Amino acid sequence: MTKEKSTAFKRPDGRKVDEMRKMSAKVGIVPNADGSAMFSFGDTIAIAAVYGPRKMHPQHSQNPEKGTLRCNYSMLSFSVSDRIKPGPSRRGMEISKITEWALEPVLMLYKYPNMVIDVHINILQANASTRCAGINAAALALAHAGVPMREMVSSVSIGKLDKQLVVDLNKDEEDWEEGEGATDIPITLTQDGMLTHLQLDGKITSKELKEAIELAKKATKDIYEVQKKALKDSLNEEEDK
Amino acid sequence: METSRLTAERIREYLDQGKRFDGRKPEDFREITIEGNVSNKAEGSARVKLGKTEVIVGVKMGVAAPYPDSPNKGNLMVTSELLPLSSPRYENGPPKFPAVELGRLVDRAIRESKFVDFEKLCIKEGEKVWSVFIDIYSINDDGNLIDAATIGAVAALKWAKMPKYDEETGKVLYDEHTTKGLPLTKDIPICITPHKIGNKIIVDPTQEEEDVSEAKITIGANVEGVISSMQKGSPIELSIQEVHEMLDLSEKVRKKVFLKIEKFL
Repeated sequence: MTKEKSTAFKRPDGRKVDEMRKMSAKVGIVPNADGSAMFSFGDTIAIAAVYGPRKMHPQHSQNPEKGTLRCNYSMLSFSVSDRIKPGPSRRGMEISKITEWALEPVLMLYKYPNMVIDVHINILQANASTRCAGINAAALALAHAGVPMREMVSSVSIGKLDKQLVVDLNKDEEDWEEGEGATDIPITLTQDGMLTHLQLDGKITSKELKEAIELAKKATKDIYEVQKKALKDSLNEEEDK
Repeated sequence: METSRLTAERIREYLDQGKRFDGRKPEDFREITIEGNVSNKAEGSARVKLGKTEVIVGVKMGVAAPYPDSPNKGNLMVTSELLPLSSPRYENGPPKFPAVELGRLVDRAIRESKFVDFEKLCIKEGEKVWSVFIDIYSINDDGNLIDAATIGAVAALKWAKMPKYDEETGKVLYDEHTTKGLPLTKDIPICITPHKIGNKIIVDPTQEEEDVSEAKITIGANVEGVISSMQKGSPIELSIQEVHEMLDLSEKVRKKVFLKIEKFL
C-alpha cells in the first residue's frame, strides 16, 4: 500500500480531521454541591462540583479586593489502565492551576471579596483530553451554581499528527509516532474568541499553530452548544418538578 | 454545615414516635440502585446510589510479590477517598480518620467473608500473585457510606474481568481483558450499620441522622447470617441488650438489602 496523502488522512478511530468525539453534558449530578456537571468527549468523562462562594478560611488567605477561585483536578485511581496512586500529584497540581487561569477571566470575582469558590474536578474515565473535559465540566458547574460569568468558556485539544491538524485527540493519537509524531495543543476560548488557556507539547511552526487556533475556534462553537443545551435542559427539568 | 441543635432535637422527637424525616421506619433502607461500567479502564467498577448518597468503586488488578505470611495468596488493598466534590465538609489533603475507617471496614468485610478466593490468585508461590485494588470514592455523601461502599465493592468484584498477563515479559496487558471473572465464592458480604439515637436503633442514616448518632456498630455478614467482621464506632458505651437489638435488626435488614441488590448482580 502506498503512503496516504494528507487529504485522505486516516485517524485511528476513523473520524474526519475536524470531527469531535461524541460529546455529552449534564448538570446537577451532585445534589450536595451548589453547582455540578458532567462533561464527556467519547470515553473521557469528567465531573465537577462547585462549593461557594463561601467565606475563605484561614482569614489571612482572604483577598479584600476580589474573590478567590480554587480549582482541584484529580484523576480517580481506576480512570486509566495502570492504576494511579490516589491523592495529589504534581501533574494534578499544574492542571488545577491551569484550570483556574482558564476560568477566572470570565468570572466576576470582584463581587465576592474575602470569599472563595471551590471547584473540584474528577476524571472518572480517561482517554486523553481530560483537562479540556474538566474545564468544560467546571465552566458548566459554575454556571449551574449561579456564579456570575461574563461568558462561557469551552475547551478542546487540537493535535498535529505528523503534519496533519486534527481536533479532539484521543489516547491512540496522543501516542502517535509516525512522521513528526504528535503535538498536543489544549486550548480554551470564550465565545467572543478570547483565549484563556493554551498549552503545547510537541513540535509545530507558528503558521500551523495559528491554523490550530482557528480549528479550536470552530470546535469550541460546537462544545458551547452542548454546554448551553445541558444548562437549558436542567432548567426545564426544574420547571417540570 | 453541621446539623443544628434544633434539627437534632427534632430527629430525636420524631424517632420517639418511630418516625423519620423522610417517612421511613427505623428499620428501612433507602432505595438502592447499582450501575456497572463507571470506568472502562477499571477491571470492574460500580456506582451505587442509596437515596441521595452516591459512591463509585473500582477494581484494578496488578501483579506483585505476595506478603511473606501468605506466599500462596493474592493481595487485597482497599483505599477510600472522601472527595471534596461530594460534600462541603471534605477538604483536600491527607486522608482523615473517616476515610481511613471506611477503607478499613470495607477491606475487612471483603477479606474476612472469604468472598474472594485469594489462593486462586496465586501465579507462582512465594514470588508472584495478583493484587486486587479496590478504590472507593464518594460522589455525594448523604450518610451511610460504609454500607453503600461495601455493596459497590461486591458489585465491582463481581463484574471485574481478569486482565491478560504475559508471563515472559512479566507485564499485565490491561487492554486485553480475558472473559474470566475473579475467583469469587457465594459468600457475599453485606455490611449493615445500625446507629443508636436516644433509645432508638436505626439503619441507613442520612447525614443529618449520622450527625445525631451516638453509637454505631458495622456488622459485615453473609445472607445466611454468618458474621465475619464487626466494629463498634463511637466513644459511647452500649448495653448488651442494645448490642443484641442491633444484631437482630441487622439480620432482618440484611435479608431485605440482599433481595434489593441481588437483581443487579
